[in-house]
Amino acid sequence: MGVDKKDTPLHEQLEFDEEMELQGTTFMREVWYRFRRNKMAMAGAITIIFLILIACFAPWVAPHDPYRVDLNEQFIAPCAKYLLGTDMYGRDVLSRVIFGTRISLVIGLVPSIISMILGSVLGIISGYYGGRVDTAIMRVADMVMAFPSLLLAMAVMYTLGANLYNIFIALSIVGWAGTARVVRAQTLSIKEKEFVESARAIGVKNWIIMIRHIFPNCIAPLLVLLTLGIPEAIMSEASLSFLGVGAQPPTPSWGLMISNGKEYLLSAPWVAITPGFAILIIVMAFNFLGDGLRDALDPFMKQ
Amino acid sequence: MIGYVLKRILTSIPVIIGITVITFFLLNVVPGDPVVLMMKEHISPDVVERVKAEMHLNDPVYLRYIKYMWGALHGDLGTSYKLKNRKVLDLIIDAFPNTLKLSLAAVLIAWAVGIPAGIVSAIKQYSFIDNFFMGFALLGVSMPVFWSALIMQYIFSMKLGLLPVSGFAGPKYIIMPAIVLGWSSAASIARLTRSSLLEVIRADYIRTARAKGLKEWQVVFHHALKNSMLPVVTIMAIQIASLLSGAVITESVFGIPGIGRLSVNAIQNRDMPLLQGTLIFTVVLVILGNLVADIAYSYLDPRIKYE
Repeated sequence: MGVDKKDTPLHEQLEFDEEMELQGTTFMREVWYRFRRNKMAMAGAITIIFLILIACFAPWVAPHDPYRVDLNEQFIAPCAKYLLGTDMYGRDVLSRVIFGTRISLVIGLVPSIISMILGSVLGIISGYYGGRVDTAIMRVADMVMAFPSLLLAMAVMYTLGANLYNIFIALSIVGWAGTARVVRAQTLSIKEKEFVESARAIGVKNWIIMIRHIFPNCIAPLLVLLTLGIPEAIMSEASLSFLGVGAQPPTPSWGLMISNGKEYLLSAPWVAITPGFAILIIVMAFNFLGDGLRDALDPFMKQ
Repeated sequence: MIGYVLKRILTSIPVIIGITVITFFLLNVVPGDPVVLMMKEHISPDVVERVKAEMHLNDPVYLRYIKYMWGALHGDLGTSYKLKNRKVLDLIIDAFPNTLKLSLAAVLIAWAVGIPAGIVSAIKQYSFIDNFFMGFALLGVSMPVFWSALIMQYIFSMKLGLLPVSGFAGPKYIIMPAIVLGWSSAASIARLTRSSLLEVIRADYIRTARAKGLKEWQVVFHHALKNSMLPVVTIMAIQIASLLSGAVITESVFGIPGIGRLSVNAIQNRDMPLLQGTLIFTVVLVILGNLVADIAYSYLDPRIKYE
């Protein structure tokens, strides 16, 4: 199909590569330009940076110890000492929400990254080799995607036992299939391109082609998938913990805090309601960021 | 067309089999002895052995899977560990109508709110009402279902006393759960209707329709809407799955005795046969729903190729 790179003189090849690199930088500059002009996306990015800072410096930011139980100070309504009140064990709600940022960010990032790696590897292999390997991987992906994700995660949690670390595994098992599909589709179109053909023609090994030539072309959609996968993972963790099959007490997980607080909804609504705002903010911020990235990376999709 | 339908039905059979395999092995490799869990610690080892033999727990896993599937095909999903003498299938049949009612009410709300909101937003793009609806939609997809449920309970039941907090004893009980469950679906339907309609409105035949002097509402309803509804139909199918996931949480918060609450209770009681039954039942339901939606879609859009 394409021009055989072997026939081109070396200096022209070099020029070609230089041009590609130049194009690369202007592309990134254009993306940044488009992203910066998107106010929602910028707001999302700034919120996320802010939340990351809060998570990193949680012990210094939090006014009280999130685990300190004081039964004399149960259900204190929001006041100057306890800005968001205290819960049924007299623990400071604000401090627990602040420490919960750590859990949510980690739970959002780690399973998303694991399923991203897993999905990319399987997707590239599936798309590159095709045939039976492809059929096998894609059928398994079909099955995983047929499960309502929360139910599959619940089943995995049943088997592994309810704790925070098993949520990583459960959400990774649930999440890889979507990535694999996207990466496979991308690989299918890229492996027909001239530069892959020429790489193959000069005898580059398959795995090097996959890593050096195909994977870099999947990064843009992967980045969007990752940012949109994070809020999904955060929401799943909160749901699992709310149902009692996720994080266990006394972990300051937002979902668990809402679950514990719901018994006292009438007398002390702040216990259950405040962590929900935290979830709302973090999920919205990542959704804005993901949408903004998608629009910036693929201007043709935008209205 | 018939060929496509047949092919589509045949391809979902291996997926269903695969799902049962995954579920069965996932739940049957669980550490710990189910008999000990079931009967508490202080029982003699002889009894444990006898019960194990009775329940065929000493057989290899693949043999148990074949037996289970053989039973499932004959309408036997096993007996609950916790609720003695209750067949899993009977429990599911009792619970399913409640989940169905809840889901249907939620879908109804999602369509009745989502589609008009999307249309209005598209027609009045960038207006106050567009921003309002889209903001509301954004809230809908970003709020945890259980949290919006609690807030509604707090406002409408505890403060205003308009609706019952939980339970499932009449039409009044379904209002809040259906709104909570339908909100996020309404949100994605509204967003999709809006973007899809905006795309269609730029098409040449819409300009033609306007040029020949049709009124704006005629252009929108007769020409644009039909074509813009196709992606919306697809997302409705995808939402069957998210609706059933959401139903798990909604049912737990509002104490509705449906499939979702059954599965959460099964996990809490470590009632494996019940969990297995509800999972397989739900997933098969999702697959069948997707099947119907795909067929409906190919019927609605003749451009789809039936390879």
